[in-house]
Amino acid sequence: MFDIKRLYPAKDLNDALCALADDPESMVIAGGTDVLIRVREGKAAGASLVSIHELPELTGVRMEADGSIVIGACTSFARITADPIIEEFVPYLGEAVDQVGGPQTREAGTIGGNLCNGATSADSAPMLLALNAELTLQSAASKRVVPVTAFHTGPGRTVRNRDEILTEIRIFPADFQGFGGQYIKYGKRAAMEIATLGCAALVKPATDQRTVADLRLAYGVAAPTPIRCTEAETLAHGEVLTDALLGEIARTAAAHASPRSSWRASREFRLQLITELARRAIRSAWTRAGGVF
Amino acid sequence: MAVGQSIPRVDAFAKVTGEAKYTADLVPANAYVAKIVRAPVASGWVRGFDLTEAQAVPGVVRIFTCFDVPDIQFPTAGHPWSTVPSHQDICDRKLLNAHIRVWGDEIAVVVARDRISAERAARLVKADIEVLPALSTPDEAMAPGAPCLHEEKPGNVVVHSQFHLGDGTFDEAAATPGAVVVSGHYSVPAVQHCHMEPVHSFAYMEGQKITVVSSTQIPHIVRRVCGQALGIPWSRVRVIKPYMGGGFGNKQDVLVEPLAAWLTTQLGGHAVNIELSREEVLGCTRTRHAFDWDVQAVASPDGTLLARTYCAKSNQGGYASHGHAIAANAANVFKQCYRDRVSLDSESYTVYTNRPTAGAMRGYGIPQGCFITEALTDDLAYALGMDPLEFRLKNCVQAGYVDPHNGITMHAYGLDQVLEKGRAAIDWDAKRRLYQNQTGDRRRGVGMALFTYKSNVYPISLETASCRMMLHEDGRVTVQMGATEIGQGADTVFTQMAAESIGLPVDAIDIQSVQDTDVSPFDTGAYASRQTYVSGMACKMTGESLRGKILDYAAGMLERSAEGLTITDGQIVDETGQTVLTVADVGMESCYSLTNSRHLTAEETYHCEQNTFATGACFAEIEVDLALGQIHVLRLVNVHDSGRLINPKLAEAQVHGGMSMGLGYALSEEMLFDDACKPLNANLLDYKIPTAMDTPKLEALFVEVDDPTGPYGNKALGEPPAIPVAPAIRNALLHATGVSVHSLPLTPQKLIEHFRAAGLLGGEDHV
Repeated sequence: MFDIKRLYPAKDLNDALCALADDPESMVIAGGTDVLIRVREGKAAGASLVSIHELPELTGVRMEADGSIVIGACTSFARITADPIIEEFVPYLGEAVDQVGGPQTREAGTIGGNLCNGATSADSAPMLLALNAELTLQSAASKRVVPVTAFHTGPGRTVRNRDEILTEIRIFPADFQGFGGQYIKYGKRAAMEIATLGCAALVKPATDQRTVADLRLAYGVAAPTPIRCTEAETLAHGEVLTDALLGEIARTAAAHASPRSSWRASREFRLQLITELARRAIRSAWTRAGGVF
Repeated sequence: MAVGQSIPRVDAFAKVTGEAKYTADLVPANAYVAKIVRAPVASGWVRGFDLTEAQAVPGVVRIFTCFDVPDIQFPTAGHPWSTVPSHQDICDRKLLNAHIRVWGDEIAVVVARDRISAERAARLVKADIEVLPALSTPDEAMAPGAPCLHEEKPGNVVVHSQFHLGDGTFDEAAATPGAVVVSGHYSVPAVQHCHMEPVHSFAYMEGQKITVVSSTQIPHIVRRVCGQALGIPWSRVRVIKPYMGGGFGNKQDVLVEPLAAWLTTQLGGHAVNIELSREEVLGCTRTRHAFDWDVQAVASPDGTLLARTYCAKSNQGGYASHGHAIAANAANVFKQCYRDRVSLDSESYTVYTNRPTAGAMRGYGIPQGCFITEALTDDLAYALGMDPLEFRLKNCVQAGYVDPHNGITMHAYGLDQVLEKGRAAIDWDAKRRLYQNQTGDRRRGVGMALFTYKSNVYPISLETASCRMMLHEDGRVTVQMGATEIGQGADTVFTQMAAESIGLPVDAIDIQSVQDTDVSPFDTGAYASRQTYVSGMACKMTGESLRGKILDYAAGMLERSAEGLTITDGQIVDETGQTVLTVADVGMESCYSLTNSRHLTAEETYHCEQNTFATGACFAEIEVDLALGQIHVLRLVNVHDSGRLINPKLAEAQVHGGMSMGLGYALSEEMLFDDACKPLNANLLDYKIPTAMDTPKLEALFVEVDDPTGPYGNKALGEPPAIPVAPAIRNALLHATGVSVHSLPLTPQKLIEHFRAAGLLGGEDHV
């Protein structure tokens, strides 16, 4: 029993967009794993909800002719992890979303909801940042495409307007072909957890398998929003990956991160994690991509 | 033999199929919902309310505030009542309180037709509160000028106790040539029970009788406290305890029952339902006591323990609840585990603060006491350069120990076997050598901790238990216990004991799981690991009494003497081993005999004036990931000396559950607060109990030494498994890294700070 004023189950995307436009107090609900928590806590009690749960046009993973991977925003974490396209081309994204909460949350929760919730701890966010994913936001009146790197604006805040629905997440072949990836979620326990820190690394070795052709490093909870560490990334480009370089990348990432001290973890502890997880994530991603030391 | 067999739980089918009825399954459909309005501060006074908006919410029935309730202060601890005033529990709260002592204190209550209306209205109750500074720690609360939480206790000290043992002094011992001295400040945090079923009670009236249905470990004590809180004769209250989903001591306290009972009296006897949310259970019921200690220990160069000093401050939180009993227990285990050849000085304070009220929790002060005892022991052995297991063998409590204060005696002694069994199981000697002088980012260690634990509360409090049995026409027997099944398997072991003592197969026994204080025999309830030991004896005595009555009646039927007749597996057998009747024959005849109908029942009370010590130990092997501050527990072995096991499989399950609780205490569990004593993590996401993925294989081993005082050679097992795990892991960390951590839990952030200070994180890792 939840304190909800209205729950409108939309028939399709257009119906949902119109419902959002019609009721200025309404908000979108997909899997409900974040929204219903706020309702239960009283923060969103009495909410008017427009449900896009399992709308077919927002659900599923497909590959387009140009090799782009398109993920419907309402696709559950569990379905993403098990999807054959994800498994073949971006398995590390499937692994990342498999770190969310527990089995029930991964069945109900969606990747779009994970992003739109705006939390810096979202397990899908660092890898999507590293993948330069593009997000399509649609309202009854308009449609726009936003890079995920420009999506988050602050803790719990994004560029999405209330009447907009995130419809799909697009990943281009240039951002995953030849890359190996690794997401490490660091929590206080091994499951049912919010990340104390999340670190995503994508690495592409050059043909010599020793030189870095491309490296992407992104974090959750290293700042008020998920972040990319471009300063650290540029250090690696064209360099041979060594322990020394890994150390330099990790230190640079820490120097440019801005984690906060909270009761969940101190800034100093998070900085330790930022450096250590960068090393471990890059090392693993590198090995997965066929790189050698 | 029914006792000693791993029969399946008698309630397994009902619980797995959902047939078992819990409190939530029994709430009348039309019951009102009561939502408690909680103080948004931890210290202050309610000066008034504005209820206008809240009363306007549709569905609201009535709103009661702290100015409406009876001016009666009552106790809540699930202790046996004492007719001696000086032994009675502290009466320091009313049903709702204007003086706010804890965050979330109960200041008003909304009664509505449904939960959502009640919650909406509760959010709209406006309280005018004068806020006072909140006191987080005993030291703050004992400081001059600190606000007084309860006028009966100026200075906020609930109790201060101390004792000295030995002919000498610590300083004399420390002056021994070559003596090794260690000292330090240690602490453990408040933690939570995390029982699956929330705190839940509902109440209604029939005539003048108030019935309270509650998820409680202690129905007879709940009846008494409801009577006290409402100022009415106790038997006007009837408490029913259905199946329940765990208590772990939180429900060895009287929680929302008196409020539910009072509310129904204010609403014409209409049913009123109070089911706390998980957040309320975690933040606003009871916790394990946080402790701070200053301790010292000194040993001679050969590793003989000479003397120790112990000063504990137990953080009681806002209300007395179980009070100083916890601190006294902790001080006792420090005393009872080791032999101080020269002296032991012990001092304990229990102090009111504005943290959540601390009460009973599995182990009742002993997990805290074991942590300090065993951390200090390992630190002393480390300073001596001595194997900590050898140090323990040289100094630990020995057979025949008698506590010098309360006289509790170690009637059976299995601790030596426990230590040897654990030593072999974990491959102690080889691992201690193997893990010396490690380098690198991952280091391993083995550690251990031992404990002693008494088997009930005698002679500190009353121990009494009773049981009733009746024989049916078909030879089956119904058993009623006052003792409660709270998930631990009590009904199953009582069934075994009843079968054993009468001479019936276990499937001829029907145990009534529900306690109803108008019907059930008296028992003080599930706590102190007492039920198999104390209530079990009542069960055995009653079974033997019924067996005697059955045989007497059979003798009458056979026109012979009862002497020489026995009951085996439901058959009545004579001296020659011939079956001469069945118990079913007796059941039928005794009910329907036209000449001698006599319903065969038995009821006995065990007035218990016995106690004994269970012992045990945990052995842990861990791997430490230095750069991430993580401890991976590779092996965890508990060895228990709990006398004879009534049901080995249930015993093993009990140990597994306790080890899991200990694992959380060791690594991740702690209640966190802001400076104003507001809980920060009162939910199951932020309060970190271990998940299945955090849990290694849990290995439970037993040493079965019959204890002559238990009904079947058994002694305490319910609480002990939770006790030694945390210090064992802490001591394994000392072995792995040389880092002595003085507090729980061993969180990665804390470990990183320690490792950095110890120079274990290389320059590469410094930011």
